[in-house]
Amino acid sequence: MVWFILIMAGMLICAAMAVVARRLLVSAIWLAIASALLALLIYLLGAPELAVIELSVGAGLVTVLFVFAISIAGEESNMQQSLLPKWLAGIVVLVSIGLTGWLCLPDLGFNMPQLVPTRLSTVLWELRGADVILQVILIFAGVLGVLGLLSDEQSTVPKERDA
Amino acid sequence: MTLSLVSLVFIAVIGLLAIGLYALLVVRHLIKVVVALQILAKGAILGFILAGRINGQIGLGESLALTIIIVDTIVAVIGLSLAVQIRHHMGTLDVNALTRLRR
Repeated sequence: MVWFILIMAGMLICAAMAVVARRLLVSAIWLAIASALLALLIYLLGAPELAVIELSVGAGLVTVLFVFAISIAGEESNMQQSLLPKWLAGIVVLVSIGLTGWLCLPDLGFNMPQLVPTRLSTVLWELRGADVILQVILIFAGVLGVLGLLSDEQSTVPKERDA
Repeated sequence: MTLSLVSLVFIAVIGLLAIGLYALLVVRHLIKVVVALQILAKGAILGFILAGRINGQIGLGESLALTIIIVDTIVAVIGLSLAVQIRHHMGTLDVNALTRLRR
């Protein structure tokens, strides 16, 4: 129980630090730490396969992507003023999230039931086979989108110079 | 009042969603917007795992959360490459400055 509280508090603090950090690289690293703590929490909840995936994708791949994008696009940290006024954003978040918590929390007073061991592969391939096909299509669409975005430059820049 | 473990994890889900929503409303940098979306997706993943765990069908929750992880990663990839392109074409990553469609 104490471990759960510590891990959750650490995860929330890391997520908050990722938002308020001034430098983008520091923000990406806080996000990676939050992701690793989330993977630990998922493992403790009894889903080790997903914990491994979250650790390798969330803390590994996404961080590499962020560092790559920041090194290309460059740091530009002179926009400290927020989009909405901070008090207004705070009120919106407090009202929406507070309402959700207030409605849901009293119904969650029971203890966690005993874990029934199931195999992820059985559920994934036999019950949710359509999901797997959807995921493959999504990954393919993502790759196509990135290719389209990143190869756009060579074809459009000469045209715009002519115009 | 003592909180059960389910309520504790649910509070963590609510906290992650709150931080992500607040960041999405406040942040002006395009790459930081992607960070906010990542935090929101983490809350969704934890929520699915918790739902599967208290339902006794953790495999189902895991397979749904796997879909969330994949979608979330693709959103990050597309968002970051869009940010790189916008930086090339417009010269800025400020959301407030990107109100025009043409250069």
